[in-house]
Amino acid sequence: MAQQLTAKEPTSEQIADQRIYTQFGVTDNEYELICGFLGRKPNYTEIGVFSVMWSEHCSYKNSKPILKKFPVTGPKVLMGPGEGAGIVDIGDNQAVVFKIESHNHPSAVEPYQGAATGVGGIIRDIFSMGARPVALLNSLRFGNLENARVKYLFEHVVSGIAGYGNCIGIPTVAGEVMFDESYEGNPLVNAMCVGLIDHDKIQRGVAKGVGNPVFYVGPATGRDGIHGATFASVELSEESEEKRTAVQVGDPFMEKLVMEATLELINSGIVLGIQDMGAAGLTCSSAEMASKAGNGLELYLDEVPQREEGMTPYEMMLSESQERMLFVVEPRHEAQAKEIFDRWGIICAKVGKVTDDGRLRLFHQGEEVADMPVQALVDECPVYNKPSKEPAYYAENGAIDTAAYAEVTDLTDALKKVLASPTVASKEWVYNQYDYMVRTSTAVQPGSDAAVVTIHGTRKALAMTTDCNGRYVYLDPEVGGRIAVAEAARNIVCSGAEPLAITDNLNFGSPEKPEVFWQIEKAADGISDACRVLDTPVIGGNVSLYNENAKGAIYPTPVIGMVGLVHDVDHITTQGFKSEGDVIILLGETKHELGGSELQYVMQGKSEGRPPQIELATEKKLLSGVLEAIQQGLVASAHDLSEGGLAVALAESCISGKLGADVNVTTSLRADAALFSESQSRILLSAKPEQAAKLTALLTEKGVPNAEIGVVRGSALTLNINGKPGITAPVEQLEKVWKDAIPCLMK
Amino acid sequence: MKFAVIVFPGSNCDIDCYKAVEDTIGQPVDYVWHTATDLSSYDAILVPGGFSYGDYLRCGAIARFAPVMNEVIKAAEQGKFVLGICNGFQVLTEAGLLPGALLRNNSMKFRCHSALLEVVNNNTVFTNQYSQGEIIDIPIAHGEGNYYCDDETLAQLKANNQIVFRYKAGANPNGSLEDIAGISNERGNVVGMMPHPERAVNQLLGSEDGKRMFTSILNAWREQHGAAVNG
Repeated sequence: MAQQLTAKEPTSEQIADQRIYTQFGVTDNEYELICGFLGRKPNYTEIGVFSVMWSEHCSYKNSKPILKKFPVTGPKVLMGPGEGAGIVDIGDNQAVVFKIESHNHPSAVEPYQGAATGVGGIIRDIFSMGARPVALLNSLRFGNLENARVKYLFEHVVSGIAGYGNCIGIPTVAGEVMFDESYEGNPLVNAMCVGLIDHDKIQRGVAKGVGNPVFYVGPATGRDGIHGATFASVELSEESEEKRTAVQVGDPFMEKLVMEATLELINSGIVLGIQDMGAAGLTCSSAEMASKAGNGLELYLDEVPQREEGMTPYEMMLSESQERMLFVVEPRHEAQAKEIFDRWGIICAKVGKVTDDGRLRLFHQGEEVADMPVQALVDECPVYNKPSKEPAYYAENGAIDTAAYAEVTDLTDALKKVLASPTVASKEWVYNQYDYMVRTSTAVQPGSDAAVVTIHGTRKALAMTTDCNGRYVYLDPEVGGRIAVAEAARNIVCSGAEPLAITDNLNFGSPEKPEVFWQIEKAADGISDACRVLDTPVIGGNVSLYNENAKGAIYPTPVIGMVGLVHDVDHITTQGFKSEGDVIILLGETKHELGGSELQYVMQGKSEGRPPQIELATEKKLLSGVLEAIQQGLVASAHDLSEGGLAVALAESCISGKLGADVNVTTSLRADAALFSESQSRILLSAKPEQAAKLTALLTEKGVPNAEIGVVRGSALTLNINGKPGITAPVEQLEKVWKDAIPCLMK
Repeated sequence: MKFAVIVFPGSNCDIDCYKAVEDTIGQPVDYVWHTATDLSSYDAILVPGGFSYGDYLRCGAIARFAPVMNEVIKAAEQGKFVLGICNGFQVLTEAGLLPGALLRNNSMKFRCHSALLEVVNNNTVFTNQYSQGEIIDIPIAHGEGNYYCDDETLAQLKANNQIVFRYKAGANPNGSLEDIAGISNERGNVVGMMPHPERAVNQLLGSEDGKRMFTSILNAWREQHGAAVNG
């Protein structure tokens, strides 16, 4: 064993004596375990490799006990968590592949590249499964948009997402952006990719067949992104700016070529195993591929294409240079594989071979520089059951009565204020920077409840959305977790699709804090409950912990990415009112629930109390009733009620449809609560007058509470409460307030 | 009538152009690789949108040196129909087949949305199925679509009726000179435009106003070859 390669690297003894491993986030106990697995002290390369494999980002050591809670199977699930992305059957030998992933810390430090490489990474996860990526989504959280630094982050995150997605030619079709002081200094940037695949083309990341060659494709390895996975697994601090070298630089053009060449390689049928190099680069991809096959792997590091001279094994193994893949073929297919990459102008280098000794062995300049058991790297990281404690704020919030707030009397003014709140306001400023139409499949564009992407050559389409209200989750993690899933499903159903499955991105603060761990546990319970009741298993996802700023943890934000199947494009439904005279019907029950609401945030400047409650059985009835009504052709428009409640839903349906509405709400609630309450399991429908009776009869039969509340008419929204004037405003005026809010703040 | 869709590394509207030809006029169409050195079997050449060579130096500046571009120039000289869309338009200006240049949008941002265009010249092989002055809905998606040329060139464009499309008055999305959205060469057989007609061939996706670009091309070709069709 060659002890050292460069004079700069500390020796095994120094690593032990000076506890250098702690700089990589390895604890004393973990270090002892590593020594035990090796039977000696690790050298610098080995401790580097172990530290990234045992980081939270790669090992899920803190979140594994949580992830076990999730239902991950179902009759349509072809692949659950564990591979690059989960896969769900959509019939006709076709399947949909999707996953969400965070790039929060890189984006906090270097927003353009952080966000861009987040998109690049999730796309690789999809095409490394053999799927053709067909759509991108994102879920973003920022601080208050009045703040200059927040504006800078928002501007550059959006342009980073646009820069990568537009260039590679995958439409960015949907997403959500919310603003709250809680995310100041630690924005959330979650990117999701959806792909299509035929069942027989599904790939796995396995290093099969002892003696088979291992190939590296993509651009040369540089010194960028070293320790990116470790960086993602600690809190951001004043020193984080210095960790900019841990942020990778993206090249979407290169990824486009790698993607086309990889899909061609996979279609040729010769690939035995393939995996992208994401977090922890060459280390993670090689160790995981060997582990899944129960094999070992040798890597000849002199063969790794290098961007700079004098790179050490440590640097090569830990680099997170982007757009790289690792794959295994039989020796007889080497030439065929190389020919494909040559034609696309991509480097393809033989860098190793599959062995039977269960070890990851690295060679450099004629010497063995590392020798580690694969299983120890991948599976033996200790799992921590962190202590959990209910935070004091939870009980305190239970005592707050939101009904004690002074009644908001100028309801038109309140509606305008809520429409102008950046969380509710039109996101046109954002999505007009994304090419959401390339691939000519986008049937429902951004700005709707869910985007809909058609499947060429079929009558089918996919609906997709991302959702999470962090305020609800903060106020009650279990209820908030349930709502996140339920709202995603409501969005999918409103677009005319059957919910299939979810991918989740668990964004939380530091798990070292018992109060944060309590949030994680409770939110996971809520998500699991909702997934079970709504039949949407968790097929994959990502965990992002240590999201903290100077004031503490961010709002717990488990973002749900959901995909649904539109069985026939005729079922596609949008939120805008369609025709004069259509009847407007409100489904569900409205209660006085203003805790965590947008009205509360806008009027009181805070989020407190209990969030809206949710009955999953009620939600399930609502969803199946509405989906059936849509499939029977009884629904003209459908819109989920979420932030801003009935008032905002009505305004949005008017704005999208460029039509007014005359509405009268009969209620026993206070007027402001009736209009702005965010009670769950509610949907706003409109229907042709001749179909309204049939529609309400069907809904009643299905046990869905429904009430005709008005008619689509004219060019103003006129809303009475129990016959008394409530809101009156021309739709054009509401549209202006809603559309101008973000551009004005960004000027 | 046979169509070629040129594929550069980084082209990403190639598939959409191919599908549009198939779906609107059902004529034979091939993807033609950037290294091709013979386009003699094609009647019309589509240079699609995307980010050829990553657009890293300047949009279209590297693509113009691809071997296939010599053949595209040859085809244009022979009077074959050449249509450059978005990045394809940029490539055609870089290759000298069309005058002027595309600068960054005046908003300094990429912009994607539907756009209303005025058909300024319906007397071309690409627009004969539209009426003069008709307003059509064709989406845009670009960061560098701000058309610019010098005064002399502009005077020539006007004198020769080479301005094919303008953005509807008051709805110029990128700051282009005189709202120009698409132009032709002097002979009229080469057109470049920033909006994407291939994205507007299906009502389900928002508009089918782009269909008539394709039927125009087929119509013009059949007229030249003695068998006119109705769009």
